[in-house]
Amino acid sequence: MLDLSGVSRRFGGARAVDGVSLAIAADGITGLIGPNGAGKSTLFNLIAGSLALSEGRIRFGAADLSHAPAHRRLAAGIGRTFQIPRPFAAMTVLENVLLAAQRQTGERPFANWLTPGAVARQERRNIAQAREIIDFLALARLAGAPAATLSGGQRKLLELARVLMAAPRLILLDEPAAGVNPSLLETIIDRIRTLHGRGIGFLIVEHNLDLIARLCSTVHVMAGGRLLASGTPQAVTADPRVIDAYLGGAA
Amino acid sequence: MSGLASYACFFFTVALTYGVATLGLNLQWGSAGLFNVGVAGFAAVGAYAAAWLTAAPAAGHWGGFQLPIALGWIGAMAAAALAAAILGAITLRLRADYLAITTFGAAVTIELVALNAQTLTGGPFGIAFIPKPFEALADRPLAFGAANLALVAAVAALAYWALERLTGSPWGRVLRALREDEAAAASLGKAPDAFRLQAFVIGAALIGLAGAMQAQFFGFIAPDNYLPVLTFQVWVMLVVGGSGNNRGALLGALAVWALWSFSGTALAALLPGTLQARGAALRVVAIGVVLAGVLLLRPRGLIGERATVSRHISG
Amino acid sequence: MIAQILVDGITSGAMIGLGAIGLTLTYGLLRFANFAHGEFATWGAYLALLVAGAIGPADPLGPLTFGWPLLAALAASMVLTALLAAALDGVLFRRLRRHGSAITLVIASFGASLALRSALEFGFGPQPWYYTRDIAMTVRLGPGMRATWDQLAVLGLAIVLMLAMHLLMTRTPLGRAMRAVSENPDLARLAGIDPARIVRVTWLLGGALAASAGVFLGVTVQLRPSMGFELLLPLFAAAILGGIGSVPGAMLGGLIIGIAEAASVPLAGAQYRAAVAFVVMLAMLLVRPSGLFGGRGG
Repeated sequence: MLDLSGVSRRFGGARAVDGVSLAIAADGITGLIGPNGAGKSTLFNLIAGSLALSEGRIRFGAADLSHAPAHRRLAAGIGRTFQIPRPFAAMTVLENVLLAAQRQTGERPFANWLTPGAVARQERRNIAQAREIIDFLALARLAGAPAATLSGGQRKLLELARVLMAAPRLILLDEPAAGVNPSLLETIIDRIRTLHGRGIGFLIVEHNLDLIARLCSTVHVMAGGRLLASGTPQAVTADPRVIDAYLGGAA
Repeated sequence: MSGLASYACFFFTVALTYGVATLGLNLQWGSAGLFNVGVAGFAAVGAYAAAWLTAAPAAGHWGGFQLPIALGWIGAMAAAALAAAILGAITLRLRADYLAITTFGAAVTIELVALNAQTLTGGPFGIAFIPKPFEALADRPLAFGAANLALVAAVAALAYWALERLTGSPWGRVLRALREDEAAAASLGKAPDAFRLQAFVIGAALIGLAGAMQAQFFGFIAPDNYLPVLTFQVWVMLVVGGSGNNRGALLGALAVWALWSFSGTALAALLPGTLQARGAALRVVAIGVVLAGVLLLRPRGLIGERATVSRHISG
Repeated sequence: MIAQILVDGITSGAMIGLGAIGLTLTYGLLRFANFAHGEFATWGAYLALLVAGAIGPADPLGPLTFGWPLLAALAASMVLTALLAAALDGVLFRRLRRHGSAITLVIASFGASLALRSALEFGFGPQPWYYTRDIAMTVRLGPGMRATWDQLAVLGLAIVLMLAMHLLMTRTPLGRAMRAVSENPDLARLAGIDPARIVRVTWLLGGALAASAGVFLGVTVQLRPSMGFELLLPLFAAAILGGIGSVPGAMLGGLIIGIAEAASVPLAGAQYRAAVAFVVMLAMLLVRPSGLFGGRGG
């Protein structure tokens, strides 16, 4: 369970996120929607640790992540993707995915000199696992290609592959559908379902309400930095306050 | 003939000590993007540590533990690593150019301590009679020179191998990722400051080792050896060779040391006797112009950066 | 004794402040730490020596050790050093800015610094030079407080230059344009300011002020090829202390560093003076990396 209580973030005088409290099931698929400027991206970045909390607490299971830096979140089981993919362009797809493996012996300098055998064995296991993930996300053909050569949609898949390699329990997806062509979008939806079937939870920030409706069991709606409504996709989209917020946001 | 051969041995011995320092700087700058303007300071820490540990007790300075030279070199690496760890812990989280200014300040401060803490360092007179490796061969210049060259070549080869292994390892992969996109690497659980600090400390240990080797080969150290011009020489070696490439670092050290030695000989031959004392200054001007030229005309150095792929991935 | 520390600290602090103004301006504008800045002070001091020598001797002014030729030489040297700074930018830094990283610029400036210093050392030799061999007369300012007339004259001139610089930055269209480019080059371009011109002016001003600091240092101490290089660490410390890009910050930072250095002498001895700037700078970076006046650090 990801627990937010009284989470706030100020920029100067403005409150981008204002006292949001909610609980997100670690093994469900949860949507986070809202009009532009509602604060959902800020909230996402607070959970991911790339922004610091002004007030409130964030807990995941037993771990208090309120002030943990971004690089500590994965150890607690939370992974993220970026809205605009950020592959390591000079590295190959395979290396991008390999990098994400956690607790690598070879990331300790001395292990590479003193116990090279153990490093190589773990690296071989990781390579096998990375290739499986790359296959699963239909990137097998590109495993040896520099990430710089990937198309926008392929980069989205690479983002997902990388975070999967880190084996988190909950994955935060930042607009997985943005800029993705319809057939690739079907692939992404299908893979999210499969992964959910394997026990991985998702929190999805998305403008594409169709994707939200098809995947999510619970949706939280934000407006003006606050939590406006929560419920099933059907209930939430029928909620007059939500319709108002969207129309108000569009006006 | 044998005079020329022993000179060649000496030349390559000194060039390779610079090579080791350049390898260390390459790990810091080429792999981790850390701008160390205090190379001379870390070399001084290594040199003095080795001198204290291996020299005989003397009235003019501290130390005199007469330990084996190998232990002196290990101690030198540890001392330089410790200095880097302290400085890095304070400054690595700051902007890159602040690291440049603080490492510069640290080197100036270390030089001041070397110059003024007489009871520790011997002050301006430095420390003499530092034991040389293979001293038993000292009366046979060629054998002595060859043995020294073999030793420093072995150390340089070991350092090269260790760094190649490191840059091709998962650790090196994280450093490359951090250089490309720190936030993305952090989102994948990599702690940026920890990896940078490790690179800074390991690089400083190599620079300290280079300082210790030079102290041991020359048998004498003084604060004058650790002026900013040393930092500059090592930087020029790295820039000329091409940063981000260990082979380039070694090649750059050889090329620049050759230029430096040759220009010294040439100036000695060309300048009238009255200007000889100032000739050293012209060498620095010359090497400064070479650096500016390389930066302007061949910004990637002699060999550019090599695309590194983790060593465990084949084909 | 404390009073004497203040007198010594304020005079050397004024020189550090003068030098740091140019450093902080180029740093703020071009986002790079120019390790060659100290050499502008050295070149300024030696250029003034040449000019004063060419003019020939003249009677000293009142109780000072120097006469009008040195004042003329100061003006000439400020102009020449300003041109040197602008030339260094044109030949080296501007080209590297086009296709290099900020760090390439720093390495290049480090090289330029050593080359400039060594060129002077080749020309004038490593031994110290003096504008005059006359003994400086001292004046008693109060109980336990003495200063040479030279120190007071230098301090007065430094204050005049700093005030002029402050007025230039705050009261003239040029100063406003400089601050605009430093804060947001793109916006300034839209407002019709030519950033290339502002960069040139900044180098000219920085070079001239550094030259004056060098001449003042030559008057109160002596001329040596390493004088500017030894000033570099205090200059950086003053710029960081005051906040990168801030002119009043650089002046105040210079004052603090000057007084801290003077205060350290009875505690640690004169030989560790230069380390004081380093320690103060580290402390500042630990506590408040953006400097006293905000600036753009951190």
